[in-house]
Amino acid sequence: MTEMTRVEKIAAEPTSFKREMLSTLPSLRAFAVSLTGKHDKADDLVQDTVMKAWAKQTSFEMGTNIKAWLFTILRNEFYSQMRKRGREVQDSDGAFTERLSVHPPQYGSMDLQDFKKALAQLPDDQREAVILIGASGFSYEEAAEICDCAVGTMKSRVSRARTRLQDILKVSGEADYGPDAVATQVTTHNHSF
Amino acid sequence: MIKEDIVSQQRTRVQAGRADDGLGPNTDIGSRLRALYGSVQDEGVPEQLLDLLEKLDSAEQAQKSKDATRGGE
Repeated sequence: MTEMTRVEKIAAEPTSFKREMLSTLPSLRAFAVSLTGKHDKADDLVQDTVMKAWAKQTSFEMGTNIKAWLFTILRNEFYSQMRKRGREVQDSDGAFTERLSVHPPQYGSMDLQDFKKALAQLPDDQREAVILIGASGFSYEEAAEICDCAVGTMKSRVSRARTRLQDILKVSGEADYGPDAVATQVTTHNHSF
Repeated sequence: MIKEDIVSQQRTRVQAGRADDGLGPNTDIGSRLRALYGSVQDEGVPEQLLDLLEKLDSAEQAQKSKDATRGGE
């Protein structure tokens, strides 16, 4: 049986919780990749999240925002695992490190590689903020709830993230003319360590 | 009256913040973020996750029918 027919089969089932969960999984998984920087770790994290969510499903009200609910569980799970294990050394590229299976036609792969590196230089709280707002499609209110912070805090994280990304990208654009320029600027801009 | 003004000012500010947060569809950063995120989303759901969902679901169904049988006795 191919993956597509399995997904379709679940989509046609009356068990709404499973079906709604399935519809959120691709986005949830992309968020997990952005947190862990690795596909295999992200998949483990999503599995743990699915099990947690399943066990807690009575606390979820059907018809409310299952996406935000699942993102909250995944994020809490990620940080609690990080605390337990101690912070593992992320590899240098950080978020979205591994393969890019699809290169959207409007960007060369080099362009997105640079962007991944720029994202990886952000502090964790700014990176997750800019991803939740800019890519996952949450409102500031939803993102603030997922990250358990004030809406104003979420806004300022996004704004700082955007400013730094712009700085880093501007610099790495110029860096095509000399690698030393990158090294200098990366050090200057990297406040997260 | 004053209170209403503040509220409406705040509302305007919120909307402005959303509009010029620099992450819209025509911005460099917004479109790159979505391209990257979308590249993972487009991979679909891995088999082992589908297996897990089905396992959880069938365990739940089995439990339910067990409970139903017991309830009927």
